[in-house]
Amino acid sequence: MGPASRDWAVGLMSLELRKITKRVGAEVTIYETSLVLEAGSFNTLLGPTLAGKTTLMQLMAGLDRPTSGEIWFRGTNVTGVPVQKRNVSMVYQQFINYPNFTVFENIASPLRVAGLATSEIDRRVGRAAELLRLTPMLKRRPSELSGGQQQRTAIARAIVKDSDLILLDEPLANLDYKLREELRDELPRFFADRECIVVYATTEPTEALLFGGNTATLSAGRVTQFGSTADIYRRPTDLISAQVFSDPPINIAAATKSGGEVRIGEAIRLPVGATATGIPDGRYTIGIRPHHIRPQARNGVSASIEGTVLIAELSGSESAVHVDLGGQTWVSQSHGIHPFQVGSRAKLYVDMEHAFFFDAEGRLVTGGA
Amino acid sequence: MAKILLSELRHSYMASPQGDADWALKKFTLEWADGGAYALLGPSGCGKTTLLNLISGLLVPTEGRILFDGRDVTAASPEERNIAQVFQFPVIYDTMTVYDNLAFPLRNRRVNAHEIDQRVREVATMLELDSMLKQRAAGLTADGKQKISLGRGLVRSDVNVIMFDEPLTVIDPHLKWVLRSKLKELHQRIRRTMIYVTHDQTEALTFADQVVVMKDGEIVQVGTPVELFEKPSHTFVGHFIGSPGMNVLPCEVRGGRAIFAGESIETANGAKYRGESKSLQLGVRPEFVSFSSEGVPVQVVKVVDAGRYRIVDTTTGAGDMIKMLVPEDERIPEAGARLRFAPERTQIYENGWMVT
Amino acid sequence: MNKTVNQRAWLFVLPVVLLVAFSAIIPLMTVVNYSVQESFGENQFFWAGVGWFEKVLHDDRFHASLMRQILFTATILAVEVPLGLAIALAMPRKGPWVSVCLVLMALPLLIPWNVVGAMWNIMALPDIGLLGRGMNALGWEYNYTRQPFAAWFTIVLMDVWHWTSLVVLLCYAGLVSIPDAYYQAAKIDGARPWAVFRYIQLPKLKYVLTIAILLRFMDSFMIYTEVVVVTGGGPGNSTTFLSIDLVKTALGQFDLGPAAAMSLIYFLIILLLSWLFYTLMMRNEAR
Repeated sequence: MGPASRDWAVGLMSLELRKITKRVGAEVTIYETSLVLEAGSFNTLLGPTLAGKTTLMQLMAGLDRPTSGEIWFRGTNVTGVPVQKRNVSMVYQQFINYPNFTVFENIASPLRVAGLATSEIDRRVGRAAELLRLTPMLKRRPSELSGGQQQRTAIARAIVKDSDLILLDEPLANLDYKLREELRDELPRFFADRECIVVYATTEPTEALLFGGNTATLSAGRVTQFGSTADIYRRPTDLISAQVFSDPPINIAAATKSGGEVRIGEAIRLPVGATATGIPDGRYTIGIRPHHIRPQARNGVSASIEGTVLIAELSGSESAVHVDLGGQTWVSQSHGIHPFQVGSRAKLYVDMEHAFFFDAEGRLVTGGA
Repeated sequence: MAKILLSELRHSYMASPQGDADWALKKFTLEWADGGAYALLGPSGCGKTTLLNLISGLLVPTEGRILFDGRDVTAASPEERNIAQVFQFPVIYDTMTVYDNLAFPLRNRRVNAHEIDQRVREVATMLELDSMLKQRAAGLTADGKQKISLGRGLVRSDVNVIMFDEPLTVIDPHLKWVLRSKLKELHQRIRRTMIYVTHDQTEALTFADQVVVMKDGEIVQVGTPVELFEKPSHTFVGHFIGSPGMNVLPCEVRGGRAIFAGESIETANGAKYRGESKSLQLGVRPEFVSFSSEGVPVQVVKVVDAGRYRIVDTTTGAGDMIKMLVPEDERIPEAGARLRFAPERTQIYENGWMVT
Repeated sequence: MNKTVNQRAWLFVLPVVLLVAFSAIIPLMTVVNYSVQESFGENQFFWAGVGWFEKVLHDDRFHASLMRQILFTATILAVEVPLGLAIALAMPRKGPWVSVCLVLMALPLLIPWNVVGAMWNIMALPDIGLLGRGMNALGWEYNYTRQPFAAWFTIVLMDVWHWTSLVVLLCYAGLVSIPDAYYQAAKIDGARPWAVFRYIQLPKLKYVLTIAILLRFMDSFMIYTEVVVVTGGGPGNSTTFLSIDLVKTALGQFDLGPAAAMSLIYFLIILLLSWLFYTLMMRNEAR
């Protein structure tokens, strides 16, 4: 297919951001970004607080105008079209519901504004309520509901409109841990079988992984990487993307490679994994995820490091230990109960096959897998 | 530092409570040793904040007694009990510098200036606030302010107990890890009794030596993180702790073994069950379910890649869903999958409680 | 959050702009007009430039009324702000008495200003008024129509009665918004009530107090109705504040030029002092 036909196919139902930037006064809040979000896709915006996730979502929705660049939807230029004219729904971190309406009325409100027939409203609200498991609460007011139920009401209201674009800005952040887990499990189900584009902002890498779909990593106003979640996780394009997409934080260190060996600081020497033998010798920044450093040798991994235990944490089925390697602190996370004494020496095995090598500019040279 | 005994404690927010539902905290007795790190874990509304406020003296219990080191403090004010508390959002004195904030509790107790200086600097170094002592407290980030809140409690040498009421709520997620580790490190260093209230199992399990799991005003289980994980005494604990939580499946017990989905399964406590009930439950954590050549036949429904492991949803023929955690490099069979439940980690539950 | 630029917003503002133009800007322009012209009657106007302004600024009478005004406003602020704050601190924040207290506090603010003046006029009468008789019974030969000090006393008392409630309600709203955790933390830190006030309540009331002081400053500087109804500016000139003086000049003597100049100077003084106040208080906040 030639470029023209491909554009036609892409423009069919997708949201396209073309070289958009956003400036507030002298400060740049979003650096130049181009993204294409396909219809029916689930896209996660991942990044720390103040990375620009909310700003980017507002630009996508039409709540704000980009300083430069264009936004195209379904082949039409919608830059500057205000949000009222776009078919957009948004769910916020705070449970936003009309306090004086019942749950039924809350969910029905956008349909009433659109002027739909009562029977149609009933049908759609009933379907949304059933999907969100709200059917027994339809007559209650938001103040009588739990946090999780209030947020479900807000989500139901967002999907009942059959919008083209649904934006969720950290919607689970104010919920109890377990409720968050449950709702997160169910969330993809709400948007299945729909043509809408879903954009979900979060600060937790685990959530991005659990949703699958596509992920965009953001840091300080820049979209550093965008692609299928598994791909981005396994092959970050640069150090920042790797750091954003890591919880607990990825272990990084300045290293020198010579031949088949990597030297970190004075004392640490590690063999280079098969994927990295081909790269030229020299200085790199090496990144190893905590779960590739383990207290037990596995799968023939024999490379090890030794350090003084600073912190030992047991959380149910996982053990985490922070060791001081003479100047650097590295974190190991492993499955199973591995108790460590604080202050003792610990020997940890490093799986160098999964180590990332970043060059001086922070770009990925090789690694992951 | 103090040993804390909560004796026959019960609390209601109503003037004349009638039924069970009127009591925010149902009757219990609990004892905590000196210098330990404890967590009160449970969903919203389970009574953990009520319990915390009873211990700190901000609430007076409807019934029962509270003793610190044998001394009855039930009617004593927070001041008299010598406790410190860190709240959900940072509470600092805006107009004062960091130094003055930390010195405030000591100045109120008329400690001499030299000793104040010493203690403040010591605590500031412990909390990595020493470079900011001259700054106005209002200008710090949220985690800095929480550290000040914590520092005000540490600075007093006579503190019996330091209490934390969901202190990481306003902290940035990527800083939570740092602060959590810092709290743990702090406790390991100064060994003062610390009580931590949270709904987040990771916070509770990483911080505490002993966790009190609560639900609807009742204490469901008290144990170490490992105990709670490996031997949950109630299906609620199994469900609440662990991400994802324990699989709870309907079963029967015959001849000391559990019968589920037509298969006979060996369990840790099956042999102890003597009754005849047909509505028992089998509990096994996703971590302890594995693919095997024999066992419960299931079909793989969904696979989610969570980086270091994969969460696999499977269903039996009867429609029971079983979740499992599969390590990164292990293969997931296409068809004809069968599951093995690790016997020593599979428990039988009757009416929610583990059979003993 | 950045708001979208929406040109249609101007349409909504247009009716208000027209109204304000008609009722405020045009009359203001008329005043400016008068202030730079001299008239000898018969609608003949001559350009006077800044002549009137000079005259007014050098006028002893103007200085005197300005001084009186400043003294009045300073007294009012010195009494009402601490008193209002103290009452707000004493009011209960929870429980059944809250609504009762709030209603009581709101009552003085609901009374039309000339009625307030009339009330106090009668109440302070030395022969039949409650206040007047009371003062006399206490041994003070009180008569506000004859004694400047008694007149001042009455007016200050009236204003305090009338307007302290505003300060109370503003401070109360500020106090109620302080979360309980602060008081709990202070308790745990062993802070005495004075320390709680100084380190927790007062800082948190900064914004509210700024507004309260600003409002009371502007209103008291422009006070007219109540004073006129009670004392008429007397005895003699003793309670002739700026606005009263202005009206006397403008309507009493029909000197439009000086009156217009004086009103503009008046306007600029209030503007300047309000701006100064506001900036000073906001600068403390920003630091």
